[in-house]
Amino acid sequence: MRRTHTAVGAASAAAAVVLSLSACADQGRADADTLVVTDTMSATSAPIYEEIYDACAAEVGMQVRANHVAGSGLIATVLQQASSRTLPDVLMLDNPDVQQIASSGALSPLGDYGITGDGFPQGVIDAGTYDGALYGIAPVVNSIGLFYDAEALTEAGLEPPQTWEQLRAAAAELTTEDRYGIAFSATNSFEGTWQLLPFLWSNGATEGDLDSPEAVQALELVDALVADGSASASVVNWSQNDVNDQFLAGNAAMMVNGPWNMPSLEAAEGLEYDSVPLPVPAPGDTLVAPLGGEAFTVPDTGDPDKMARAGEFVDCVVGGENQLTMATGRGAVPADSAVAAEAARTNPTVATFVDTVQTARARTALLGPDWPRAATQIYTAEQLALTDTESPAEALERVAGQD
Amino acid sequence: MTTTLAAGPTGASAPPRSAPPTRRRARRRELTAQWLFLVPAIAYVLVFFGYPIVKNLVMGFQDYSVRTFVTGEAPWVGLANYAEVVSSGIFQTTVVNTVLFTLGSIAGQFVIGLLFALFFKRRFPLSNVLRSLLLLPWLLPMIAGSAVWRWILDQDGGILNQTLQGVGIIDDPVRWLTSPDIALVAVILVNVWVGIPFNMTLLYSGLQNIPDELYEAGALDGATGWKAFRHITWPSLRPVVNVVLVLGVIYTLKVLDIILGLTGGGPANATQTLATDSYRRSFQEFSFGTGAAVSNVLIVISLVFAVVYLRANRRAEDE
Repeated sequence: MRRTHTAVGAASAAAAVVLSLSACADQGRADADTLVVTDTMSATSAPIYEEIYDACAAEVGMQVRANHVAGSGLIATVLQQASSRTLPDVLMLDNPDVQQIASSGALSPLGDYGITGDGFPQGVIDAGTYDGALYGIAPVVNSIGLFYDAEALTEAGLEPPQTWEQLRAAAAELTTEDRYGIAFSATNSFEGTWQLLPFLWSNGATEGDLDSPEAVQALELVDALVADGSASASVVNWSQNDVNDQFLAGNAAMMVNGPWNMPSLEAAEGLEYDSVPLPVPAPGDTLVAPLGGEAFTVPDTGDPDKMARAGEFVDCVVGGENQLTMATGRGAVPADSAVAAEAARTNPTVATFVDTVQTARARTALLGPDWPRAATQIYTAEQLALTDTESPAEALERVAGQD
Repeated sequence: MTTTLAAGPTGASAPPRSAPPTRRRARRRELTAQWLFLVPAIAYVLVFFGYPIVKNLVMGFQDYSVRTFVTGEAPWVGLANYAEVVSSGIFQTTVVNTVLFTLGSIAGQFVIGLLFALFFKRRFPLSNVLRSLLLLPWLLPMIAGSAVWRWILDQDGGILNQTLQGVGIIDDPVRWLTSPDIALVAVILVNVWVGIPFNMTLLYSGLQNIPDELYEAGALDGATGWKAFRHITWPSLRPVVNVVLVLGVIYTLKVLDIILGLTGGGPANATQTLATDSYRRSFQEFSFGTGAAVSNVLIVISLVFAVVYLRANRRAEDE
């Protein structure tokens, strides 16, 4: 009898543990006057953003709490929060994901809060727009350009290349026994796609028509860089971070990469680097590079008052002065054209990217939520070509035939 | 099961209907207690094993997208996901790669693991220390391990190519991770390295259980060396071997982290397996329905081996 009694006690104690564990889930909610912000800032950038958050929260009469999530895990977190109705009041999304998430109905249109995107380049507006309404707005943006070791170019008596022809020649010229002329990322992921886009787009090719002659020419150029021996065959396995490491280690005289690497490039001793916009097919052509950067969105949390406050908060965060602070702190370009011009004046290296983002195109501008599929096709074709599995024309024809 | 347990010391023979009310209440209490003990285990299995598997099976028949997470709507599409997966250009590649990867890894892990186990069976100074050192690959986080292997296997500056070139085995650097013909071999080699400790440990403990008398008796009959292995060690080790091989297959089929860390499925999908393809579809393209369809194929294959494992296990118990 007594034994049974203790047994019942033990079993109910176990049940109590399970119950209290599930109760913990509720503690993530914040009170009525606190805005919860989820962003993807790293430990170094987070303080810069938090300062801006605090100032803007005070302006709209709220408190703010920021959660910093790793960029790679953000979408998983957002989906989990969307299904459990615990989305934050303000959510940062990588710009090519905005349309995908907006199409699900999880976000509210920023027009409701008077945010129109006036003064922002068309690329930023396109990236944040779904079905005619603006859902996300990026305060700072980026793109990719050509970084080079200034000393190596001077030694070889070369000017920074401006056309494809010059790029191929310069890369070959700069290649020595223990250094490649150029490094770029052609990895089996969206990073590889992102780095091929400026060549595709500047030549007039689009992701909707991948087996066009223009696309073939672009892939042939990149393929030639590897075939010439001017770039390592390892580019098919290099992320953009790896590319930067190769450049820093002196294994490549030029690299295709973005302005976010500038802090580490500045810190490298004895490296005199500079950057120019990526070369275009022929003199006078317009560079069309992909637009990077994270957009702020206001999820539909079902609390209109708080959403209105969140809208005001976002309007403040993406304001001109804050853009300058974020851009300087992170190696990015202010989205607003006028502020960007000011940034270019104070920091000449940023100037390269200021010009580039003015004409940069959003990855989702053409295909919207179908972009990920096209992105997979693009990097698959590049991998097929660069590993000599197929010729660039065959590779593009193959992926374009797949749906 | 409950009835045998419920039989109390005095109430065992008495029919329940004639039991006095107090005893009946005691009996019910006891039953409740038994169920309370069972409930956590049942709940655990249902929540953490039953639900995900059923959910995954169902997802394979649904158009499960980003939208589903917000609206909860997942339209039923029948076999459309499976049709899309099977007809996609990559399916055949992933199946062949999965088979090659699994067979190659298991063969390498098992043979080397067995050799190590046999080696350590002879006790020698520091053998215990060395044996524990061999467990290291098992203790390392896979992502860290694969990052280091990426350096080792790097085409230009990697230590493996430098060494092979230095001693004159090869003239040109081997494109370990960047040639579609070699990358799968390289990934298998790394996975063999990861799997050796598992195979060695289990086989070693299996060897420990073979009585020395068998060898002594065998030696009298002239069975030494290779003969002793063929006629004594191998038959006695068979049950353990079955378990090691079947568990190895199941673990290897689902390997994701090593491949993602080394090649991300590239170059040109040369190392894309069912597991990495399922991951790519679900978490890069957000096409959770087709991702689930691929992983269901994987589940069925694993299940076949799980059944083989259970049967092998039962046979081992019977022996």
